[in-house]
Amino acid sequence: MLRADDVSFRYHADTPLVVDGVTLEVARGDLVGILGPNGSGKTTLLRLLSGTRAPTSGTVRLVAEPLHGLSRRDIARRLAVVPQEVELAFEYTALEIVLMGRHPHLGLFQVEGPGDYAIAREALAATGTAHLESREFHTLSGGEKQRVVIAAALAQAPDVLLLDEPTASLDLGYQLDIAALLSTLNRDRGVTMAISTHDLHLAASICRTLVLMRGGRVLAHGPADTVLTPAHVRALYDVEADVHVHPDTGHLTVVPVRRVRA
Amino acid sequence: MSLRRRLVTVVGSFGILTLAVVLWAPTVGSTPISLARAFDAALPWADNVDAQIFFVARLPRVLAGALIGATLAAAGVVLQALLRNPLATPFTLGVSAGAALGAMLAIAWRLDVGALGVSSVPIASFLGSLAAILIVYWLASSQRRGLSTNVLLLAGVTLNSFFSALILFVQYLADFAESFRTVRWLMGDLDVGSYGPLLAATPFIITAFAVFATLPRALNLLTMGDDVAASRGVDVVRAQQWAFVSASLATGAAVSLGGPVGFIGIVVPHLVRLMVGADHRVVLPAATLFGAAFLVLCDLLARTVMAPVEVPVGIITALIGGPFFLWLLVRQS
Repeated sequence: MLRADDVSFRYHADTPLVVDGVTLEVARGDLVGILGPNGSGKTTLLRLLSGTRAPTSGTVRLVAEPLHGLSRRDIARRLAVVPQEVELAFEYTALEIVLMGRHPHLGLFQVEGPGDYAIAREALAATGTAHLESREFHTLSGGEKQRVVIAAALAQAPDVLLLDEPTASLDLGYQLDIAALLSTLNRDRGVTMAISTHDLHLAASICRTLVLMRGGRVLAHGPADTVLTPAHVRALYDVEADVHVHPDTGHLTVVPVRRVRA
Repeated sequence: MSLRRRLVTVVGSFGILTLAVVLWAPTVGSTPISLARAFDAALPWADNVDAQIFFVARLPRVLAGALIGATLAAAGVVLQALLRNPLATPFTLGVSAGAALGAMLAIAWRLDVGALGVSSVPIASFLGSLAAILIVYWLASSQRRGLSTNVLLLAGVTLNSFFSALILFVQYLADFAESFRTVRWLMGDLDVGSYGPLLAATPFIITAFAVFATLPRALNLLTMGDDVAASRGVDVVRAQQWAFVSASLATGAAVSLGGPVGFIGIVVPHLVRLMVGADHRVVLPAATLFGAAFLVLCDLLARTVMAPVEVPVGIITALIGGPFFLWLLVRQS
């Protein structure tokens, strides 16, 4: 579905590579977690996958087409991004934000029709935010904002959804809400997703495939339950950790034990 | 309410307001005239004093007010979205300072090379604004592909103070009469005298508005940040370039016509957003119409409040706009 082939990136000609020879595949229907410490290149990799930055070398392909050959509009009709945080300069309502997701499907002077409203309202309903549609965005809580932004991405009707640390600024309750929402969207609606995250619980509980990154390179790549091992957690974060299967949920649980210096 | 119905309601009501103001304003003045008589086609032109006063003496000035007010308000809306900053104005990026410097030089050097019925001062001032646009654009696009809005802001603000220093220098060297003319120009003056200057400025302004018409949905998304806008399908670089160039060009044309009339570009967009929300597809036409009505009314006050003495219109807009701006700042924090 979405594939990176030996992709590298540097922000300026005289700075080191931030993403260094990454090859990975996000298969149709998969839920991929991209894990790594701060500065490991996760967010940059997502930018390359979404085409908002062009790789210094290597190619990203959406289905079979190289991203650099597609217009922003073509990409946006098939791929949506949920940024870590959205800050608005002006006051829009939740419904207005979600309707903006219809942008790539509308002609230059075309106005949203009943079909677009139906899609937007359905996206609000799917993220449990239908009751917030006429609220102004800045009056919403962090968890509500994140869900409205996910709804806007869903209104784009994408084949692939990329999320940048979707739980980073949320409290524990909202973290579980968002995890459950993403899992439902993936399972019931078949939305293919790639998520960059620091949240080991999120990764262990909902991701099928994990990509571990450090220093811009892929350290390991595979099914979540084989990749998430104490050795890998240590290699990734310099933290000694216990990894158990939780008796109730059946998911892996990572318990950090102590910091070790490499 | 669907967007289409909101647009019809908003454009209809603001349109009627603007039309009423534009028709009423020329009837007010030292010699009161009757609108019915002015439009009475049965009376021959030579005998119809009301029509002569309406169309020759007062309408050019009222239309100048409408054109400048509409332009500065719309340019303000576009630049606020581009810079993601509700406190930006059409003058933030140095265009008006460039225009002012051009005008100052034309006045101080007593340039007299008018063309097409337009005198040297507005021409020099438009050239000054073009120079400022080119400098700011070059600075903001030299760092990377596309425009850096941070550099845009910094370059604009710096250019503003640099040009202001040059303006003061020109005024310092000028003699007393020229110096008075330059100061008077900086206060804004809508008395364009005839339809000629209006016709000269209109093509630039219409071109800019044609570009504005393609931008509103992109502007909505740009206010959420470059990356979000790009991921929703906006060609961010192109949208920014079009927005900056068209808004600056329109501002340059408006300022050469009537001087740097302040506060329209910030007061009107904010008032309109309070009334119609933040969707640029509604805000842009509403601000255009409301800006026209607002400046015509301010100019009406300017020429009647101390009659027969005329107060420069820039003083009226600043007296109304300044406190309003401060109220907005307090309200926002």
